Amino acid sequence: MIKNILNLGDAALYCDFGQDVNKETNSSVIKYFNKIQQLKIESINNITPSYNKLIISFDLKRIKYNELKNIIEKIKIDKEESFQKKIIEIPICCEKPYSLDFARLEKKLKLNKEQILKNFFDKKYFCYMTGFIAGMPFLGDLNENMRAQRLETPRVKVPKGSIGITEQFANIYTFESPGGWNIIGNTPIEVFDNSKEDKPNLINPGDTVIFKEISKEKYLNYEQ
Amino acid sequence: MSSNYFKVIRSGINSTFQDEGRSKLNHLGIPFSGAMDNRNYLLANKLVQNNLNNPVIEFAYQGPHLKYMGEKINIAITGDITFKIRSMTSEINGNCYETYEINNGDEIDILSTNKSVYGYLSLSGKLDVNYQWGSCSTNTKSNIGANNGKKLQDEQIIKISKINKDFIKKKVNYLNSKIEKIRVIKGTNFNYFSETAINNFFNKEFKVSKLSDRMGMRLEGPQLENINSTNIKSEGLIKGVIQVPGDGNPIIMLSDHGTIGGYPKIAVIISSDYDRLVQIPSGSKIKFQQVELLDAETLFKMYEMETQNLLNQI
Repeated sequence: MIKNILNLGDAALYCDFGQDVNKETNSSVIKYFNKIQQLKIESINNITPSYNKLIISFDLKRIKYNELKNIIEKIKIDKEESFQKKIIEIPICCEKPYSLDFARLEKKLKLNKEQILKNFFDKKYFCYMTGFIAGMPFLGDLNENMRAQRLETPRVKVPKGSIGITEQFANIYTFESPGGWNIIGNTPIEVFDNSKEDKPNLINPGDTVIFKEISKEKYLNYEQ
Repeated sequence: MSSNYFKVIRSGINSTFQDEGRSKLNHLGIPFSGAMDNRNYLLANKLVQNNLNNPVIEFAYQGPHLKYMGEKINIAITGDITFKIRSMTSEINGNCYETYEINNGDEIDILSTNKSVYGYLSLSGKLDVNYQWGSCSTNTKSNIGANNGKKLQDEQIIKISKINKDFIKKKVNYLNSKIEKIRVIKGTNFNYFSETAINNFFNKEFKVSKLSDRMGMRLEGPQLENINSTNIKSEGLIKGVIQVPGDGNPIIMLSDHGTIGGYPKIAVIISSDYDRLVQIPSGSKIKFQQVELLDAETLFKMYEMETQNLLNQI
């Protein structure tokens, strides 16, 4: 449930679902997202779900913050709703030059590279949301001892295909992009395909992702 | 049927096709994009009597040099731009906010934006570009939109269809006002920052870094001290949000911004000031002033009225 609504600037609602980041909170966010999409409110530009927030941006020519807030506050969510779920395997290479931040992570996490890799590949990951850049999945949860902060100064260019970790999450850079996550490897797979207008994202909220380590040789000869 | 086209002699620094942008896709990670300076975009289309949401060529700093081949056409350039129009027999310095007739073989050479960043070239016809998710806007970071998601390239051909043959000379008097202060509303993580940081944010100048582009504007100045946490749980963004990463240097999200971010939000640029914000060139100084939501709504109404007045004068 929405705990609190604030304004983010003059043309967006900031809906807060509480501090905890877990599948239950996230499912509630997704349900609101689906419901508001179904309502097709003309003045809404974008609805962006994340772990525990929903940002609703709107056209200030058509509606003001308080009017839209009243509409959103009145929305009732039906109790049971399921969303489609898939299991997706992503191959990644964690050798040089793809593993940009192992030195930094070893120091931060006080673990060696082998331990970091074992922890990382032993997990199944839940896709909480997609975004930042087109198709980028936010995947959780990393073990407690794998949680590092973002880089102090984000990189201007993170290579396409990079797998990054920060806090309890892993992600995949679907494009070369600025970004501040700790990079541990790279995948040869296309995670976002803009030629598919109806379903451009390989991984969607609710899906499960399994990472599989591959050698540099296999990476270089990978066929989609 | 005759074919009409521009040949790109020089593509310029960052020339792209833009329109109003694409909405309702943020949840997939696809940003709004669209023309950075919306008012100048609308004026460009109105001058050549196009639909206001037609594609235009947006350029930054140095624009393209184009050679036109085909039947007579009207063009207009908006912004604060130095450009020349060359024909077989003459060369003139063009004025912004005024239409010009262009004939077969004429050249348009957009030399530079004057103490600003973006300008717009419109023409009385339809640029023959591909659309994705209802918009032609090129997002070079995700390779989405017209021109296969790429900037204009030297030597490329830009086809033009559906030429509007109504050649009334149009003109509007408009001076892009240079800005003293950019107005903001407190962000959702305002209280993450120290008192000194807040004082610095509203009283000191920040310099626009040369690492700025359509995605974001990086600022250099007093580092803003965070007393809570330099990370938040990643959450949705909108254009105009000012994020402050751990190094204390603010980054303003612009039209091609990432849809999600995990750095604290100190403030948000108000809608009425966005067009003027994006026109501040790298190396220039910027200052912030705090306003309340109601003020921001009133200021936007005035901005909208002014835009409508200008459009009505054409």
